[in-house]
Amino acid sequence: MMQQPDTAPPPPKSGTELVRIINCRQAYHKESATDLVVLDGVNLSIRSGEIVGLLGRSGSGKSTLLRIIAGLLPPTAGEVIWKGKKLEGPADGISMVFQSFALFPWLTVQKNVELGLEAKGVPMAERHKLAEDAIGLIGLGGYENAYPKELSGGMRQRVGLARALVVHPDLLLMDEPFSALDVLTAENLRTDLVELWAEKKLPIQSILLVTHNIEEAVLMCDRILIFSSNPGRVAYELQVPFEHPRNREDAAFRQFVDRIYALMTRRAPVVSEADMTDPDMKHVQITADAVALPALPINTIVGMMETLAADPLHGRADLPLLASRLQLELDDLFPLGESLQLLGFAELEDGDIMLTPEGMRFVQSEHDTRKNILWHSMLHNIPMVRTIRAVLDERPNHRASAERFRDELEDSMSPDYARQTLQTLIGWARYAELFDFDEEADQLFLDDETE
Amino acid sequence: MTDGSLPGNLRVRPNVPDLLGLLAIMAGAVIVATAGRHMLVPIPASEAGTIHLNPAWLPAYAVRTTLRMFAALAASLVFTFTYAVWAAKSRRAGQVLIPLLDILQSVPILGFLTFTVVFFLGLFPGRMMGAELAAIFTIFTSQAWNMAFAMYQALRTVPPDLEEAALCFGLTPWQRFWRLEVPFAIPSLVWNTMISMSGGWFMVVYSETITVGNTDIALPGIGSYVGVAIEQRNIWAIFYAIAAMLAVILAYDQLLFRPVVAWSARFQTDEGTTLAAPDPWVLTLLRRTHLLRQACLRLGGMMTRIGWLPLGPRPSAPRRPLVPSRLLDSAWIAALAVCAITIGWKTWAYASTHYTAGQMLHVTMLGGVTLARVMVTVIVASLIWVPLGIWLGLSPRRARRAQMAAQFMAAFPANLFFPLVVVVIVRWHLNSNIWLTPLMLLGTQWYILFNIVAGASSYPGDLLEAAKNFHVRGWLWWRRVMLPGITPYFITGALTASGGAWNAAIATEVASWGDTTLSANGLGAYIAHATVAGATDQVGLGMAIMAAFVLLLNRALWRPLSNYAARHYTFD
Repeated sequence: MMQQPDTAPPPPKSGTELVRIINCRQAYHKESATDLVVLDGVNLSIRSGEIVGLLGRSGSGKSTLLRIIAGLLPPTAGEVIWKGKKLEGPADGISMVFQSFALFPWLTVQKNVELGLEAKGVPMAERHKLAEDAIGLIGLGGYENAYPKELSGGMRQRVGLARALVVHPDLLLMDEPFSALDVLTAENLRTDLVELWAEKKLPIQSILLVTHNIEEAVLMCDRILIFSSNPGRVAYELQVPFEHPRNREDAAFRQFVDRIYALMTRRAPVVSEADMTDPDMKHVQITADAVALPALPINTIVGMMETLAADPLHGRADLPLLASRLQLELDDLFPLGESLQLLGFAELEDGDIMLTPEGMRFVQSEHDTRKNILWHSMLHNIPMVRTIRAVLDERPNHRASAERFRDELEDSMSPDYARQTLQTLIGWARYAELFDFDEEADQLFLDDETE
Repeated sequence: MTDGSLPGNLRVRPNVPDLLGLLAIMAGAVIVATAGRHMLVPIPASEAGTIHLNPAWLPAYAVRTTLRMFAALAASLVFTFTYAVWAAKSRRAGQVLIPLLDILQSVPILGFLTFTVVFFLGLFPGRMMGAELAAIFTIFTSQAWNMAFAMYQALRTVPPDLEEAALCFGLTPWQRFWRLEVPFAIPSLVWNTMISMSGGWFMVVYSETITVGNTDIALPGIGSYVGVAIEQRNIWAIFYAIAAMLAVILAYDQLLFRPVVAWSARFQTDEGTTLAAPDPWVLTLLRRTHLLRQACLRLGGMMTRIGWLPLGPRPSAPRRPLVPSRLLDSAWIAALAVCAITIGWKTWAYASTHYTAGQMLHVTMLGGVTLARVMVTVIVASLIWVPLGIWLGLSPRRARRAQMAAQFMAAFPANLFFPLVVVVIVRWHLNSNIWLTPLMLLGTQWYILFNIVAGASSYPGDLLEAAKNFHVRGWLWWRRVMLPGITPYFITGALTASGGAWNAAIATEVASWGDTTLSANGLGAYIAHATVAGATDQVGLGMAIMAAFVLLLNRALWRPLSNYAARHYTFD
């Protein structure tokens, strides 16, 4: 159901097509079982004269897609057509700006910017001139001889931008370029970039921006592709109907942001009916799609529920509003909401989050009762927890290797996520005194209290 | 122990891993006891007859060699926990102890033999004990300085907030030391101990055949076995010895090295720097045992209680110095000055009567020859290992294997391979001035590889991607992208390798096969010949000049280089 585009396909634009991606699939081979599919059936095209945003949660494979387009990573299946030809390896005319800036610490600003030109064999004099133009354009004049470590984060990203622009690429790829910067610096750089773009001062034809920040996407892009995770694919495509410069406080702007929030929270229930009603807890099979859990300490969850329950929200909130109230980004907020949903403490619906009666009861209870509620909720709602507990109850010494459960989780997620998911479950289970973990022996166990 | 814990104690039933563990412990005890008894016997009259080339004797020799190694390790630990701690705790002592340690570290270890053998044989006249202690002391000198430095550095860099927290809880100096400072120092101490052990194997093999002047003693061990094999031109015996040593290093690596490194990882304060390796099987086995685990826990509990003993004054106790600190400082500096002048004067007096200027110039020239040799080998080894190390390091899978292989090879005493090279030189009549040279780096080149692999495998992936995205290839890629990034690692590796090469010079510039003796020109050969001749004056001069070379090289080349690299070539 997610694959159906929400809106009608956007009207064809006038620009020429730069990149077309046909049925791209990216899978990592796994030793134990099925391959881990990161991207599946991705189709998209980018035309000249537009800024396209790839919006999705971290881990949805959007950065992988960006690397495929850059030619840094060959897709497992499918094709990338760059200017009418099949792309093989890094192409001329595609430059990338990195989230981590990726500046060479031993090269000065000038040398960093010149690197791409040097690789092209541009003569020294011309190199200097081009680099100086790019440095000036991006507002770095005077910093030519500084080393990256002498610059602030915002300045460093400007160097990254100048380095990408100096080779006059057709397509500029930006991988979460502002997410390592503080709020003010990021906003400043965004505005500058949009201004240069609108005034057509940038020596590029098109930008592809990967981001997890909804407002950023709406602020900068002409077209937004919303990515879904597991496996990553384009779930929705939206045309942004505003002219530059855009105003965040504009009512239409806010409405558009709300709409995207709603689209991104509309998702399949995590726990199926069959699991909920299984009477015999000992013979539960883990469903094929065990959910990956983020690194979420239980006190963050409790804090969020208490904020939700308190004045003035009274158990229901608009997600963008809650995000700004808690000073959380999309990447932090969605996992939180989903974890609450998984535990049966909250519901996500059309960009809103509301506490369930069980969630309300949790918030209003004392510490011991809270433990009890979480105890039941975890056993009831998370199949993996049921399996763990059943195994531990069965063993005479009430101990079991954690590796085994990690392996099981790896059937439906990458090893890193499996590790993190079990880690999170252990954290919650310790709060609920459901089971404990011996880090040294890498074993889960029941102690006197949890027994 | 109170009675309350007794029932829990009785519940522990031994299991199969327990049985294995107990058997291993008993076997170990028997071996140690037997070897210990041998140490006290008189020196046998016919020295040559004591070493048998029959491979059946090798296991016993290997055990003796290993025990010497661990005896030295114990001594080094004691030294580390006294000398380094004193240097770190007392500002005034540190002013003397640390420069002294720096000098001791630069003195060629093998040169010590001349002096220590005479000294220890004098302590236990006519007993093996004297020779054993001399050998153990040699190994000690190859380990102790490095470990003490690691400890000192760690003690000086304990995070101030932890120190403050300990003060707030009113911990006494003794408690602070065991609860905070030692745990903090453990990762670097363990790492440096491992490095020292690698050097130690080289020394133990060398020091077992002691020939100083007319004293000629062969301590039963793998080193003396090889020595006799060389004398009798028995190439098969050399191979047996190499095989035996491989077994020893493998056992040491598996039974001790890996478990201890895994254990030390828990004291790591900064997260993410350790390579998350799976637990070594020995540790897993130990955890499975019931009885032994309990015993270990008990032992650990007891040690912890010793650490909690409230020795020393509480931080809240008033401290009133008897003498003003300023006055004490002046007195201290005056005393130091007097000592320095006296020592300088005595040295000068000794040198002027025993050495001529021509002699000193000659030995310094020899030092220059050895310096050239060290530098050339380091450069040649770098040309080989840097590209290879980068290739290995850029793939995580290859990197892990290469790291393990390099660690293992670094621990293997390279001098066991020397005879094989010497045989080739003798057979083909090669120039020994050139062909003995590579031996210097045979054992220590692995540090170059090891560090390069570490550098390449920690090279930031996004920078590699950026280089690829901007089509940086070929020589430009090496110059702008890769080489600067691994420079700090390379300098660490080359520094360690060249330090080892200086030490090895004494063992490599002179080599023999049967009655053929090959000798290269150089300071190492000078010291080696003087040692055999029992010319103490010449050994002393050679050692002093070599130490001066090493110190100068460190100060004038390696330290500025590594400071420069730390400023320019690190990723934040």
